[in-house]
Amino acid sequence: MNIHEYQAKSILNKFGVSILSGKLAVSPSEAKNAAKEIGGTKWVIKAQVHAGGRGKAGGIKIAKSLDEVEKISRSIIGMKLVTPQTGPQGKIVSKLYIESAADIKKEYYLGIVLDRKKEIPVMMASMEGGVEIEKIASEMPEKILKIDIDPLIGCQNFQARLLAFKLGLKKDQIKYFVKLSIALYKAYLKTDAILVEINPLALLKNNSFIALDAKMEFDDNAMFRQKDIFAMRDFAEENTTELEADRYGLNYVKLNGNVGCMVNGAGLAMSTMDIIKYQGGNPANFLDVGGGANEETVAKGLEIILKDRKVKAIFINIFGGIVRCDRIAKGIITATKNSSIKVPIIVRLDGTNVKEAVELLNKSNISKLISAYDLADGAKKAVKFAKEKNK
Amino acid sequence: MSILVDKNSKIAVQGFTGKEGSFHSKQCLDYGTNIVAGITPGKGGIKYLGIPVFNYVKEAVKKTEINVSLIFVPPAFAADAIMEASNAGIEIIVCITEGIPVKDMMIAKKYLKKNNTILIGPNCPGIITPDECKIGIMPGFVFKKGEVGLISKSGTLTYEAANQIVKAGLGISTAIGIGGDPIIGYSYIDLLKLYEKDVKTKAIVIIGEIGGDLEIQAAEFIKKNITKPVVAFIAGQTSPKGKRMGHAGAIVAGNKGTAKEKIYSLRKANVTVVESAAEIGNTVKNVIK
Repeated sequence: MNIHEYQAKSILNKFGVSILSGKLAVSPSEAKNAAKEIGGTKWVIKAQVHAGGRGKAGGIKIAKSLDEVEKISRSIIGMKLVTPQTGPQGKIVSKLYIESAADIKKEYYLGIVLDRKKEIPVMMASMEGGVEIEKIASEMPEKILKIDIDPLIGCQNFQARLLAFKLGLKKDQIKYFVKLSIALYKAYLKTDAILVEINPLALLKNNSFIALDAKMEFDDNAMFRQKDIFAMRDFAEENTTELEADRYGLNYVKLNGNVGCMVNGAGLAMSTMDIIKYQGGNPANFLDVGGGANEETVAKGLEIILKDRKVKAIFINIFGGIVRCDRIAKGIITATKNSSIKVPIIVRLDGTNVKEAVELLNKSNISKLISAYDLADGAKKAVKFAKEKNK
Repeated sequence: MSILVDKNSKIAVQGFTGKEGSFHSKQCLDYGTNIVAGITPGKGGIKYLGIPVFNYVKEAVKKTEINVSLIFVPPAFAADAIMEASNAGIEIIVCITEGIPVKDMMIAKKYLKKNNTILIGPNCPGIITPDECKIGIMPGFVFKKGEVGLISKSGTLTYEAANQIVKAGLGISTAIGIGGDPIIGYSYIDLLKLYEKDVKTKAIVIIGEIGGDLEIQAAEFIKKNITKPVVAFIAGQTSPKGKRMGHAGAIVAGNKGTAKEKIYSLRKANVTVVESAAEIGNTVKNVIK
């Protein structure tokens, strides 16, 4: 799960990371009041969406008077922010974070990620602050400093000190940086984060450090013990169909093609998308209905897929293992018999009782149900029907 | 021959009396798997499905001869169950549980290393040596005895591949689901070593997916160490960046973990990579001649 910058900052601050004073606002007048309460003569207005690259896209601006805060806020709220991370459809801005401005000496990068190869958290730092870390990693990997953290021991002072020296920091700065690094690791550990990033981390004129931006991502599997963190989930940031599918225990990801897919199991679901592409078509979605597919999941799955108006054919690909195919076939027949579904549904079942299942489908006399004898046959038929429907 | 497990394996099931544990233990028993103990804290002393239940793994180890543990414990307690089994001296742990927090697995893995315990999973269908034992949740009838070793990150895709291999007139020596989580136990390399040594296994099938770089590590290993033919399939060629595709570990982060880079590495290691999941069976038949 991702959260907003203002939420990440408030979490990090609780663990001892310094931040500038700031307030959330959802309207221009609220923004103006927030700036007034924060005080000072210069403010930064930051669009709160779950995507990086906001500055370049016009989602972060500086204001030098309260009236200007209001004026800029009016122009940002409601705007469609398009950054490399949002995709071409962009994201509508509905929340702003108003923050006081600071005098910055230099910008750094500091973050902790899970290293899947080493199976431990790794702390990364760089003098190239404010630049996307992926960009530094691909263009000048030597500029990223890394320390391995043993999860049984935690991040030690000497490790953070090593980073500080390598970053070329001086006396007081080192002390401050070490404290900050330890605080950051604590935040990472205690919140079940899988990524925490301060980019840029700003060195101020008084030699202290401040998180100018912050990003945190959490392990969805830890939801059961991180209730406070997961209460921060902003549903407005997520695809509504994906959310609805989630409520029914279905795993759905929207794509841009016209062949809808319903599959049991994540690996087979990905492979089904791939084979549709391989056969010259384009998948409309990823949909994993889970190991035990039944009438209800089939009905709900079809409903979810058909919310996408682009879908011209649906490919149901289910490998019945412990779940018997004839039962799945019955579910498909019931779910499609009386509904208003107009698109052809190609059904490929395999596994337990597949013969009985195919007989049931053939006897059902539902013309939109088309039986396929294997994975390749099903994919070919689905692509063919989608193309015909498109004409 | 087979790898890791066979008809002599003696199995304990942790989370034996729970809903999942009960259902799948019964399926395993019907297959002929030698389950000799069940473990459910607080239910020790009873018999369930005709098998003695113990409160903790050490007690079961003392009173029966277990070498494998199969885990169906819920995600919040699963890492603990893994460590308990390791502590009790179990050689091979097969963890089916999906949804274990990464942080828990990080610590459990460190613990396993200390004790030299083999872990399969978590978030996997388990392991099967056809006609000998099924330690997991896969449909047993799909897997016929034969000469192909199968390693996969995905459940239903394992069944799909096994089904195709059997339809092509071949069979499976041992099939193993290694799981789709970011942190897993035994991976491709560990298992490739065992298949290479197993005289019965004539060819190896690797099924991978987007996310992480285990398949790339496997490719490097195959190039140097594997003499048997290897066929691979990587799921997620059409998956969008930055989106988790069902499995916790199946995500392209930045530009890392794509199907494209994995396919490239495997091909460079002379692995026969199929681009369509429908071609696994026939391709294996062709390379095995």
